[in-house]
Amino acid sequence: MTKTTEILRITNLAKSFYLHNPGLVIESCHDINLTLLEGEFIGIVGRSGAGKSTILKCINRSYLPMRGDIIYASEAFGPINLAAASEREILYLRRHEIGYVSQFLNVMPRTTAKEHVMSALVDQSMDAAGSEVKAEAMLRYFQLPESLWGIYPATFSGGERLRLNLAHAMVKEPRLLLLDEPTASLDNKTKLLVRDILKKLKGANTSMIGIFHDIEFMEGVCDQVFNINEGRIAS
Amino acid sequence: MYLNETPVLSIRDLTVRYGKGCSACSGRADNRDKNRCIACGTVWATDGISLDVYPGEVLGIVGESGSGKTTLMRALYFDFVPSFGSAVLRDYEDGQKNIWEASSAAQRMIKNTVMGMVYQNPVLGLRMNYSAASNIAEKIIAAGSRNAGQMTGRAMELLDAVEISTSRMSEAPKNFSGGMQQRVQISKALANNPALLLLDEVTTGLDLSVQAKVLDLIRKIKALYGISILLVSHDLAVIRMLADRTIVMLDGAIIESGLTDQILEDPQQAYTQQLVHSLI
Ligand SMILES: Nc1ncnc2c1ncn2[C@@H]1O[C@H](COP(=O)(O)OP(=O)(O)O)[C@@H](O)[C@H]1O
Ligand SMILES: Nc1ncnc2c1ncn2[C@@H]1O[C@H](COP(=O)(O)OP(=O)(O)O)[C@@H](O)[C@H]1O
Ligand SMILES: [Mg+2]
Ligand SMILES: [Mg+2]
Ligand SMILES: [Zn+2]
Repeated sequence: MTKTTEILRITNLAKSFYLHNPGLVIESCHDINLTLLEGEFIGIVGRSGAGKSTILKCINRSYLPMRGDIIYASEAFGPINLAAASEREILYLRRHEIGYVSQFLNVMPRTTAKEHVMSALVDQSMDAAGSEVKAEAMLRYFQLPESLWGIYPATFSGGERLRLNLAHAMVKEPRLLLLDEPTASLDNKTKLLVRDILKKLKGANTSMIGIFHDIEFMEGVCDQVFNINEGRIAS
Repeated sequence: MYLNETPVLSIRDLTVRYGKGCSACSGRADNRDKNRCIACGTVWATDGISLDVYPGEVLGIVGESGSGKTTLMRALYFDFVPSFGSAVLRDYEDGQKNIWEASSAAQRMIKNTVMGMVYQNPVLGLRMNYSAASNIAEKIIAAGSRNAGQMTGRAMELLDAVEISTSRMSEAPKNFSGGMQQRVQISKALANNPALLLLDEVTTGLDLSVQAKVLDLIRKIKALYGISILLVSHDLAVIRMLADRTIVMLDGAIIESGLTDQILEDPQQAYTQQLVHSLI
């Protein structure tokens, strides 16, 4: 069976930043066109500053797109343009359908690793007992040692952080996962583990777009690879 | 719009001015030095504020001192009557009636059952010489309860939720630290399960470690009660930690609003960019 259901279609996306002081326009990306099918994995590569993260942040709406459409096939809403959706709709989608993962930790103070993962479910209005069971299963799935579950993650290594970030994003079972250089600063052994995890997620029909500086390593996982150069798709 | 939600609170065009206004300043924001009319001296403490608070969300309002944040909160809590504007609550007359035109009995009912307020200055929110428990009991009685036994139970439960040990229930807040006073105010504000909690600079002036505790408490309250929160702070770090959406105020007006991470990562206005850059 061929997979043909589109989950995301980006057309003519452009983003620039206007910095009032000193009065400067930074062109970050333009003419971005791509289509992601359900269950597919798109890899994005390119030099630092090329505009890769900007694309993912526009999809996540941490950045306001200037031009273009980002049509996402939402389970709850049907096709919805993420570039124009209301703030409340975006919050709903982030809570239920779209996950974003980077190498950086984004944890509230005084929150343990397990509480952090649970919080994603509490945001979905799941009860404490139910979310605890699911959070533990997810931490186990991503092989975060049980001895770390009750600890504040500020002291975690890069690999532990990433596995926690993945657990936090995946516990809500998003249909679309955005990965911003998840393997940056990981040792080879941990990278291999992450690749296995991403393969498994793909096997479970999660659609993903991921930025990787060492894309060779993701060979066999990517269905399409886009090379971004000076804000445009070069190949 | 795909999501069909009814806001808990909708404010339209809230304007609070001190002074009569004149032809140079009415209905226009030029000819002013910050919020003050150069011609007549009228202060436009808030000028045409409109916003919606949705169920279960934390809406942050950030802005420098004097931008009109407290004025907005105190107008909502009926501390004074605004010059213009309307506000409706989902839980009062099905959102059909401007709360600023409600009878004073209805306004008291709203204060006791629909909204809870935590003032920046605890003196405004607490009776400093009554015990912590009586402060809460007073609020419960105001909402119509007469059962003393239930009241004590509820006071214990609320103080426990804000981590104040029951052994200190009968002490007066004047003996408490600033952080504890804020926590008593929070428990008092929650006493009658309001749909909307108004928090004005709850952590301002507290030690960092105490701040962290209060922020943590607010997070727990949100998760536990699913309450909507209007959170006012001059401190972007507090907003970053708690708010789903954020409004930026300057000189009495809203200059920008958006998802909190978008406001922080991709601020549009010059003032917001300056505010964000001073955070890092
Ligand atoms: N929030 C921002 N404000 C201003 N400029 C930004 C912002 N984010 C990215 N840029 C600029 O946009 C360009 C592309 O950045 P980015 O998308 O982060 O590149 P990459 O992820 O490929 O390294 C860079 O010139 C960067 O400085
Ligand atoms: N009773 C008053 N008479 C005149 N001006 C007032 C009065 N109360 C507040 N203001 C002015 O209204 C503006 C907004 O104040 P406030 O709402 O307290 O700001 P914030 O809480 O953002 O610091 C300030 O310029 C303040 O001086
Ligand atoms: Mg990047
Ligand atoms: Mg104030
Ligand atoms: Zn005037």
